[in-house]
Amino acid sequence: MRLITHNMLSCNIKGVTNGFPLRIEAGNVIKKEVDFNPDFIRHMFAKLEWKALVEGARSMGYAELPEDSPDAAVLESDESFLKKLHHALLELHLEEGALVCPETGRKFPVNKGIPNMLLHEDEV
Amino acid sequence: MKLKQLEGLLGDLEQFSNPKVELEQYPTGPHIASRMLFTAENSYGDITDKVVADFGCGCGTLSVAAALLDAASVIGFDIDPQSLETATLNAEELEVEIDFVQCDITKLELKGQIVDTVVMNPPFGTRKKGADMEFLSAAMKVASQAVYSLHKTSTREHIKRAALRDFNAKSAQVL
Repeated sequence: MRLITHNMLSCNIKGVTNGFPLRIEAGNVIKKEVDFNPDFIRHMFAKLEWKALVEGARSMGYAELPEDSPDAAVLESDESFLKKLHHALLELHLEEGALVCPETGRKFPVNKGIPNMLLHEDEV
Repeated sequence: MKLKQLEGLLGDLEQFSNPKVELEQYPTGPHIASRMLFTAENSYGDITDKVVADFGCGCGTLSVAAALLDAASVIGFDIDPQSLETATLNAEELEVEIDFVQCDITKLELKGQIVDTVVMNPPFGTRKKGADMEFLSAAMKVASQAVYSLHKTSTREHIKRAALRDFNAKSAQVL
């Protein structure tokens, strides 16, 4: 699971109102390079939940992203920022670990890169 | 990539070894999968450099097709762990990156506007009534640009009406 996917996942247990973002417990993280597409990264920037991304990246061992979402001007002027964003979003893979609901503490296990978001009968 | 090439690659994918009837599992054939995604990209520009989600991805045929057509990011969702294992193998075999998520798509709320396009071959509702409409409703909530979905011919008008009236579609077409 990469952070681009984590950025859209939340806890859907019945009654939970504060299920985003899921905290990452990283067991095994691997890095796989993919081609850098600056236009795509620029396009994604506005759509991301920034705090979720920064915290998620940190949990996976990558602390290079700025704490606060930078001004959009940086997208044109700073290629190294775009490359960091690219790396965080697309090149870090959580292979083993868990996604944890911030409200209930419920753990959604991640095995072989696949998070299991299936709810138990009493959670639906 | 040429259509024939795409069709050929999809034809080599592993499919369900023990399809689960209650989930309406069956492979999306390479002929239709290749044409569906090829049209989505060539006529509408909805695949290359886009974030594509595959709802009910099964063994990953549509996901792999999207990745081969250079989607920027592909995420496959399915409820069945065996299918997801096969899908993972398929992605590795063709050397494409796909994130997979195990879930009940009708109970999963995805945040934000990250997904551009949803592609899917959903259950038709022959086992669980209304499954096709549940998948369509979920897809319409998630996709910021377009949904490409396979349905029974007999339901064409019903689906078009529901998409326009209930699911906030700007337009609905049979391709």
